[in-house]
Amino acid sequence: MAEYTLREMMAVAAAREIRDGDIVFCGTGISMLAAMAAKHISAPNSVVFFETGAVDSKLEEVPMAVADPRVMFWTSVNGSLADSFAVMQNRFTGTRVVGIMGAAQIDRYGNLNSTVIGDYHKPTVRFSGSGGACDVASFVNRTLIFMQHEKRKFVEKVDYLTSPGWLDGPDGRKNAGLPDGGPSIVITNMALMGFDGKTREMYLKGVFPGITPEQVLDNMGFEVDISRSEAVPPPSDQELVILREKCDPQRLILGT
Amino acid sequence: MNVKPDKVMTLAEAVDRYVSDGSHISIGGFTINRNPMAAVYEIIRQGRRDLHLYAHSNGQGVDELIGGGCVTEVEIAYAGSGRFAPTCIRFKKAIQNGAVAVEDYSNYQMTLRFMAGAMGIPFMPTRSGLGSSIVEKWGFSEKHRRETDRLPDQKVVVVGNPFGDWMETSKVVLVPAINPDVTILHVQKADAQGTVRIEGLPFADVEQAKAARHVIVTCEEVVATEMLRRDPDRNQIPFFCVDAVVPVPFGAYPTACYRHYDYDPVYLTRYRELASDEEKYRGYLDSNIMKVKDHGELIALAGEERIGTIKADPRTGYAVGLDRK
Repeated sequence: MAEYTLREMMAVAAAREIRDGDIVFCGTGISMLAAMAAKHISAPNSVVFFETGAVDSKLEEVPMAVADPRVMFWTSVNGSLADSFAVMQNRFTGTRVVGIMGAAQIDRYGNLNSTVIGDYHKPTVRFSGSGGACDVASFVNRTLIFMQHEKRKFVEKVDYLTSPGWLDGPDGRKNAGLPDGGPSIVITNMALMGFDGKTREMYLKGVFPGITPEQVLDNMGFEVDISRSEAVPPPSDQELVILREKCDPQRLILGT
Repeated sequence: MNVKPDKVMTLAEAVDRYVSDGSHISIGGFTINRNPMAAVYEIIRQGRRDLHLYAHSNGQGVDELIGGGCVTEVEIAYAGSGRFAPTCIRFKKAIQNGAVAVEDYSNYQMTLRFMAGAMGIPFMPTRSGLGSSIVEKWGFSEKHRRETDRLPDQKVVVVGNPFGDWMETSKVVLVPAINPDVTILHVQKADAQGTVRIEGLPFADVEQAKAARHVIVTCEEVVATEMLRRDPDRNQIPFFCVDAVVPVPFGAYPTACYRHYDYDPVYLTRYRELASDEEKYRGYLDSNIMKVKDHGELIALAGEERIGTIKADPRTGYAVGLDRK
């Protein structure tokens, strides 16, 4: 078995979640790699698209931002912001979209904060803000979320709810007026977290090689069910080759 | 609305004429692409203050306007410059120390707000943001909103679907229209009268332009009207929306301009370092902006060799193999 880094494990774990035919809404960084890798592995007919309006970009090089000129090359359409978000709000296309997100904080229902730490009016730390994240989380059928497993990031209550997950439980989205759909999985540097089909609460779905469920709990600010945890298979040789040679040969995102 | 046949002027003239202290402005582009940087630097040089800035997902342009001390209020979805600054540095500092007041929206909400302004209607509806803090928490107080004519009294309004459960939708968020005093864009091509051709992604530039009372367009090249009219399907903004046409080669630098040049990783990495330190940042403002006569001089500072590395490859529209580490 080849050696691999945690970032490679995370990218591969996310790529495995993408199904053939999915329209994949991509952010920057590791989510782009996951989408690129999926196209080479299990989902050749998935479509990569960006909130900037680029549809089915031919990513010959890794983009450093969703507005990188690299996303504009050999697309089906170079649309506008109005077009891209409409694809997600549209019920024919939106239900086919899987969104890949990240955030500074997450709670047990998969609600995300990418705006502030502390009080909104006098923040301790200010982040970039929603961008398209709130839109994606509001509209699409299924979201995959990348997080670092840390106590200060997995919190009982997010300081600011930028992007709606399951809100406060099974009827949260319906009561708020949001469409069906919501967070599907959280991919961290230690584990995969799922959301229970009935309660919509986060649980431990699987741990990466070398990690125990207890270690995962030690890095969370709230308790979750660990009884359903399974071992996540490490990246295969084929997955690693695709990630390293086809997706990010310069290791711009994978790092060293 | 301006039908003059020739709107070509210098950037100094355009900024002097259309951007005043206290103006409500919006700038085009997205994070590290096609920000109207030459205009941003000129606004800083001319010492504009108290600007009210509208942006969707802007990066470098927003950060430098805030860093230059030009902005007191910003309505925005996202301030980041991709991998170079996941959160814009001067923006972050200014919000954390209270120097700039911020109102958060989502990207689609900001797009719809420009669209409503362009369409001449007071608001647009969306399902985005229901249940979120974007709807619940207001950056500008109710009092400030009531006392300020230029701001709507509400940040957003959530209403039940007036068509019952049509489209299986129970509620929508109404977001208020924006009519900036001026929108500033950088584009690839325009003619002297102001017909605009954008290549690559247009982002929300077209809506932003149509929503504004005045529009300044900086462009890589002013081209003959015949060239644009021969292929009108590729033009996006009609001339009557535009008030000033300013030829500025590399006018988006250090951000990218599709089919012309890439973003400059050296500049953006260095900027990140300088912007993070107060003393170094004052030095940057002084030597890179205030003491520089115009954008051509700023490009000359980068040097021919570096500019050579970011020139776009004709096949892909970006600088293939550019060292971006």
